[in-house]
Amino acid sequence: MSSVASVHSLWTVAAEVPGRIPAPHIEYAQLSPTLIVFGAAVLGILVEALLPRRSRYYAQLALSVVALAAAFAAVIGLAAAGFGSSKAHIAAMGAIAVDGPALFLQGTILLVSLVAVFTFAERRLDPAAHHKPVDSFAAQAAAVPGGAAEQAAVKAGFTTTEVFPIVLFAIGGMLVFPAANDLLTLFIALEVFSLPLYILCALARRQRLLSQEAAVKYFLLGAFSSAFLLFGIALLYGYAGTVTYAGIAEVISDGAKQIDPALAGTMGNDALLLIGSALVLMGLLFKVGAVPFHMWTPDVYQGAPTPVTGFMAAATKVAAFGALLRLLYVVLPGMRWDWRPVMWGVAIVTMLGGAIVAITQTDIKRLLAYSSIAHAGFILAGVIATSEDGISSVLFYLGAYSFVTLGAFAVVTLVRDAGGEATHLSKWAGLGRRSPLVAAVFAVFLLAFAGIPLTSGFAGKFAVFKAAAQSGAGWLVVVGVISSAIAAFFYIRVIVLMFFSEPKPDGPTVAVPSPLTITAIAVGVAVTLVLGLAPQYFLDLAGQAGVFVR
Amino acid sequence: MSFPLLTATAALPAIGAVATAAVPAAKRSAAKWLALAFSLATFALALVIAFRFVPGAKGPYQLTESHAWIRDFGVRYDLGVDGIAVALIALTTLLIPFVILAGWHDADPLEDTAASDGGSAAGNPRWRPTQGFFALILAVEAMVVLSFEATDVFLFYIFFEAMLIPMYFLIGGFGDGAHAGGEDQAATQRSYAAVKFLLYNLAGGLIMLAAVIGLYAATADQLGTGTFSLQQIVEARAAGKLDLGTGTERLLFLGFFFAFAVKAPLWPLHTWLPNAMGEATAPVAVLITAVVDKVGTFAMLRFCLQLFPGASRWATPVILVLALISIVYGALLAVGQRDIKRLIAYASISHFGFIILGIFAMTTQGQGGATLYMVNHGISTAALMLAAGFLISRRGSRLIADYGGVQKVAPVLAGTFLVGGLATLSLPGMAPFVSEFLVLVGTFSRYPVIGIIATLGIVLAALYVLVLYQRTMTGPVREEVRTMPDLRIRELVVVAPLIALLLFLGVYPKPLTDIVNPAVHHTLSVVDKKDPKPAVQVNAVPGGGRHGHAAPDQDVEAAK
Repeated sequence: MSSVASVHSLWTVAAEVPGRIPAPHIEYAQLSPTLIVFGAAVLGILVEALLPRRSRYYAQLALSVVALAAAFAAVIGLAAAGFGSSKAHIAAMGAIAVDGPALFLQGTILLVSLVAVFTFAERRLDPAAHHKPVDSFAAQAAAVPGGAAEQAAVKAGFTTTEVFPIVLFAIGGMLVFPAANDLLTLFIALEVFSLPLYILCALARRQRLLSQEAAVKYFLLGAFSSAFLLFGIALLYGYAGTVTYAGIAEVISDGAKQIDPALAGTMGNDALLLIGSALVLMGLLFKVGAVPFHMWTPDVYQGAPTPVTGFMAAATKVAAFGALLRLLYVVLPGMRWDWRPVMWGVAIVTMLGGAIVAITQTDIKRLLAYSSIAHAGFILAGVIATSEDGISSVLFYLGAYSFVTLGAFAVVTLVRDAGGEATHLSKWAGLGRRSPLVAAVFAVFLLAFAGIPLTSGFAGKFAVFKAAAQSGAGWLVVVGVISSAIAAFFYIRVIVLMFFSEPKPDGPTVAVPSPLTITAIAVGVAVTLVLGLAPQYFLDLAGQAGVFVR
Repeated sequence: MSFPLLTATAALPAIGAVATAAVPAAKRSAAKWLALAFSLATFALALVIAFRFVPGAKGPYQLTESHAWIRDFGVRYDLGVDGIAVALIALTTLLIPFVILAGWHDADPLEDTAASDGGSAAGNPRWRPTQGFFALILAVEAMVVLSFEATDVFLFYIFFEAMLIPMYFLIGGFGDGAHAGGEDQAATQRSYAAVKFLLYNLAGGLIMLAAVIGLYAATADQLGTGTFSLQQIVEARAAGKLDLGTGTERLLFLGFFFAFAVKAPLWPLHTWLPNAMGEATAPVAVLITAVVDKVGTFAMLRFCLQLFPGASRWATPVILVLALISIVYGALLAVGQRDIKRLIAYASISHFGFIILGIFAMTTQGQGGATLYMVNHGISTAALMLAAGFLISRRGSRLIADYGGVQKVAPVLAGTFLVGGLATLSLPGMAPFVSEFLVLVGTFSRYPVIGIIATLGIVLAALYVLVLYQRTMTGPVREEVRTMPDLRIRELVVVAPLIALLLFLGVYPKPLTDIVNPAVHHTLSVVDKKDPKPAVQVNAVPGGGRHGHAAPDQDVEAAK
């Protein structure tokens, strides 16, 4: 077994000869953001088990908010201590990178999650069931939809407060995902954040069958993509004899230094490298929602409870693009000439596909789903730039985009009729007449999606296109601009519907939310405008965070 | 640091927009007066700019301001005006008070809801269309002024694009209630027109965005640090430090020009204009054609020619032909229109053809004339369109066939309509004549054939204007117009100053030409830098011996 000594990672230490297991050296302080979130998630389970039902909601909400805020403070502390730049290094026996991009992405994920938790906790929108306020989640997830158990649960006024620990687990996984520095950590992180998301998708209070269908679809396709990823990891291990990012990168650039006898037949085999990295990329592109791995997006976005959709659309995208960036920039820079043309193709079909299919959508949540696909394409254009500018532009875009998305989905939760949220577009007609403020806020988000100047969407789009152009991908920019024009059409169509159409007599009403959702929406608008008008500070931040540690 | 005059001129209407939007729903007239006050104050500031501006002073831009904005993108908040910008800022700020006054009742919710449904909209205390209407107008003004002032390509682009949004809401949200097919159909038509307007311009703008990014990449590649500063790029090109390469320069030029040609609008990218002007209220139509579209032709002069002189010369033949088609095609379609507002829209397309012809004739007379034309067309179209708007609001129809004999019932209205129309057809003595003459002379001196064909536009203009007047104002008085009231004081206040201005500038255009000409010389010197005035031009001028630089004054004299 000692021959595998070259495989140094947290995961293989345990495989060493028994009796000589050295205690792994873990830098707890540097991992504190992740640890705080996971700790809070475990505490949340205990709260669920020990506290009486009526006090769980407040305890869970307070716990989640405090944990996320504390984790964010820890990220700031680490960044202030220089871990984002000069002291950037690899912690936890090579498993986790603590560097600029990781801290920036973790900070973004935590802020987005904090705002998302506010929308999770909203209890004023749905009419109270039996005089007890309810949120957007099923009364009892295990009860069969429409069955007696469900009626009893609704009558008892149950709420699924488990969503808070579940979402904390997901957030914890997302924090590890972009920081993962070896392929196994990457895979574990993927599973840790995916499994809670599958559950969350199934928890809608209204239209539960649709929600469960979405969850099953998401789970099946997600399992497929995980399998791809795992298979790819195995092949890459066969190629390089290691799963650490730096180790693989070294083998790619310099060839294998010492051949592991057990892998003598496979190491250095380029076929393994190409197929393996293609499979790993596929797994990540699935999470990103890039064409042709996007099939799950519309159904899942539509079926999941809207706060969960918002959270998924924002935070998952940040985490997945972070991991994709690290993989491409740390592991595969030596293969740039192999993956760039492929990623060009993926970016082009993603941008065009998302924008074109979105035109035909009639449901606001599906529309936003396809728009998220188109935006994934824009971000990919920045990813492909393979420059420091490319990294920082992607980081900036992710920050800008996630808040717009979250805000937009928060607005979607407000527009309701008797059947819950009124997501069919025809019901949004004339919303600008009924509730000018809500419609105006939504219009701001749509304009930001469309990339109109003076919103964060424009600054982000400009940053990624600029990076792409400077790396010589001029035609990619042209395609991006064309799909922006196509995308503008359907964003504008919603604005037309809201402002220039006559309201229908049986149209939806706009519910008055609690301060929680108002905060979420206000943060979304504020970030959209600030990043649009004065993006310099945040560009600096993203620029300083533009170097991956090896 | 001196007082940031240019920023103030743009900020004042922006503040006005916010203030107007914040007026409570019940205080509608307060909002109107507030908007009017802000627009007048902005005009006063524009006059200060005009007086502080020294024509012919050294350096291309004056009253400059420069601050760092987005360092990462190499974007600076750079403002500066040349003579062309001063003239156009003055035009914009002059027209806005008239637009506001003319649209005084256009967005009153009572009339609006009486025509539409009444129930839900009127019942909502937060639905404030009047405040929104005037706030949007002021917002457009702020963005237009800033795009005239910006000397940073990126800064210009931002406001060039952003102004589409308030414009879009103005077109789509407010109608004149004069649609033949009832309010429902009118709303459909209107939102169609608004979306068409937005998509055309957005597509143009996005293609320009690609070119803007390409320009940045080129400067970053060759100068070390990327920049958007117009002056820096022009200087670097003159010093030979920045060489774009012929192919790149042409592609970038096309990207920019496409956006401006949509905005201007040039045939065949013009089709959004008749829809937008037809469906919008008359003041908004004035805003589109007299104010917003000028940014397109202005940007051709400031950005296309100066950034890409070589490509501009390369593209000149095609653009001249397109401009020529615009002139003749616009005029022919105007002749065939049955709708008054669409007729004026097609007339505008014809006139924009003249402006673009003048710009790309690359002679001082041509470009000076084109700049004058921008100002004069703004004033004359405003006069004609607003008078037409008063007419339409009285009868509730836009169709020419619904009128007849109005001059016997409302002589003052008919008179102003006639003067506006005569200005549009460039009658000597009216301001547009001077500019049209200069454009034709400038074009003829280099491209005689094109100049001759372009004169056809004048003949057709006489046809569509006079036929329009004859059908609506003369002849037997139709039953429906018998009770038509004449112009009210407010309406007279709107039209009379514009007409006075048209007459004044027609007789004495010197104040304008003095401001504009040095800037035109500067632009031409940039374009012809590597290609000094060819001897061909001298030969081409009949009579010979005239040099481009000495000519404009003579022509102005001749024009008088």
